[in-house]
Amino acid sequence: MQFLQLLVSGLSQGCIYGLIALGFVLIYKATETVSFAQGELMMLGAFCGLVLMKLLGMPFWIAVVASIAAMALFGVLLERVVIRPILGQPAFSVVMLTIGIGYVLRGLVTMIPGFGTDTHALPVPYKDEAVQLGPLVLAAEQLAVIAATAVLCVLLYAMFRYTRLGVAMQASSQNQLAAYYMGIPVQRLNGLAWGLAAAVAAVAGLLLAPITFVHANMGFIGLKAFPAAVVGGFGSLPGAIVGGLVIGVIESLSGFYLPEGFKDTAAYIVVLLMLMVKPNGLFGERLVKKV
Amino acid sequence: MRFLFKTSYEQDIRLAKHGGHVLWYALLCLALLAAPWVAPEYWVAQLTFVLIYGIAGLGLMLLAGFTGQFSLGHAAFLGVGAYTQAVLTGMGWPFALVLACSAGLSAAVGVVVGLPALRLKGIYLGIATLAFGFIVEEVFARWESVTGGNSGKAVLPPQIAGHALESTEAFYFLCLGLAVVCTLGIVNLLRAPTGRAFVAIRDSEISAQSMGIHLAYYKTLSFALSAALAGIAGALYAHKMQFISPDQFSILQSIDLLLMIVIGGLGSVHGAFLGAAFLILMPQLIALGKDALPEAIGQAPGLQAVVYGLVLIGFVLFEPMGLYGRWLKIRTWLQLFPFYRKGLFKRQKTFQKSDRLK
Repeated sequence: MQFLQLLVSGLSQGCIYGLIALGFVLIYKATETVSFAQGELMMLGAFCGLVLMKLLGMPFWIAVVASIAAMALFGVLLERVVIRPILGQPAFSVVMLTIGIGYVLRGLVTMIPGFGTDTHALPVPYKDEAVQLGPLVLAAEQLAVIAATAVLCVLLYAMFRYTRLGVAMQASSQNQLAAYYMGIPVQRLNGLAWGLAAAVAAVAGLLLAPITFVHANMGFIGLKAFPAAVVGGFGSLPGAIVGGLVIGVIESLSGFYLPEGFKDTAAYIVVLLMLMVKPNGLFGERLVKKV
Repeated sequence: MRFLFKTSYEQDIRLAKHGGHVLWYALLCLALLAAPWVAPEYWVAQLTFVLIYGIAGLGLMLLAGFTGQFSLGHAAFLGVGAYTQAVLTGMGWPFALVLACSAGLSAAVGVVVGLPALRLKGIYLGIATLAFGFIVEEVFARWESVTGGNSGKAVLPPQIAGHALESTEAFYFLCLGLAVVCTLGIVNLLRAPTGRAFVAIRDSEISAQSMGIHLAYYKTLSFALSAALAGIAGALYAHKMQFISPDQFSILQSIDLLLMIVIGGLGSVHGAFLGAAFLILMPQLIALGKDALPEAIGQAPGLQAVVYGLVLIGFVLFEPMGLYGRWLKIRTWLQLFPFYRKGLFKRQKTFQKSDRLK
């Protein structure tokens, strides 16, 4: 029973990792660069929700929708203003750029007086409720995480499968140049991919907030999502979620069964093993260049 | 205006390209040697830190700037060097031997990381080294019998020929000497076949391989040398701080090192030291600027992070060759004085080379 309980809490934590990893993968697939600011975007999303709910007194659902929309807009803006000028430069420049963005966002949030440095609780309607499921006791926060991730996955799947926008995004992620020749506006799609990634990060932030509180440094959890993305295969959207779940469950189990210290490093040990055994991840596609 | 007319291949790899080089570097050495007599002790200590970070930056520069292998866990090598130094100095070993051990052990760890990293490229390598950095940091925190765990470990001053080097000046000269030796070593390595192989690997692995360069050997060598330099820097850092704890070798430190070489100028030896100087001077400049700003902004805790981030973004966007690139432009302007053209250093946009298809 202990095992099942651990499994479920691992799954809910894994969903958070998966959602952040989803952001990495969306950006990686569209633009072939990796955003190290994903964790900070998540933090910003959580703060956005907090401001809307606490300071402006918006009802929960409106605040959630508004902060997701705001973050999506922010993502598009970020791409337009900062990322686009160095399009075509080595991928490493973009990595450094996003590290810089992460620094700035974290610093700016901390600079807000009497607000940024403290820990806040996000007032959600399902706070402190528990669900009895047979012999399992589940916190409502954990259930919300799992349910929201499932819904988001279905929505994303439908978008990529059935809408023109999704199909165009798939095309440009396969081969940007060819997609460009076919009349797909690749640049605008890159912006949209950043917007989508920021929106997903906001969802992750809002889901994580009731569990760990809102804090300027909560974005460091983004570093745990890298292993999730690698385990799933860096270019695969379902892989990101599966990788997140794998990392979450392993972390939760190793925290209980293994000696102290393994909980924090389990994700990284797993990713090193994965990179040695199967560098393309569980769902990664293997592409070979013909000379 | 100066024209360098090269008539032989040897001229191309000469250390000093012309008399001006000899003059300027001699002046720099004199200034550095004279520093303890003219500068206040506080600035000598800061200069020592610049030299220490410069050595670490040199190592990372060799790996990232010249071989094209990015490491996001370089602070781990720094830590290995620092802890080895702390433990062995505590056992009363002489400084030279301990330093050799620190560098050697770091290099060995570098090989251990470098070997599995052979299969990885680009961002995957970054994530692997990131994971390695986290694991090593955790090992430092948990292996309490050796490292003292989270409560940290005190480090004795270095022992040279039976004397303990305790004064700021003496330690400064030690760092200066080591920095000069390391720099000369790296500069010479870079003009030797090994260094050229590194650069070839950075520019294109496929063409390097087809020219007969053994990729696995040179990549591992690059990791080992880079780790050894980081180990030396870590050892000096441990002596300078006189106290080390795991959080000094965290991922943030690794990112600081990376930030340092990017700001200094990726792919230049000067860049390592320029970046180190920048990183050490930055907090002082921010402290100076704080008073000029309105209180609400100046006293906010996040100011330093914002400035760091903005500087980094600015450099990546507007000056990708870093401080050294800026100096190159100024120098070229002076050399070509009336004839400098505006677009001389303009970057050409290329289609992004795919990381996936390699």
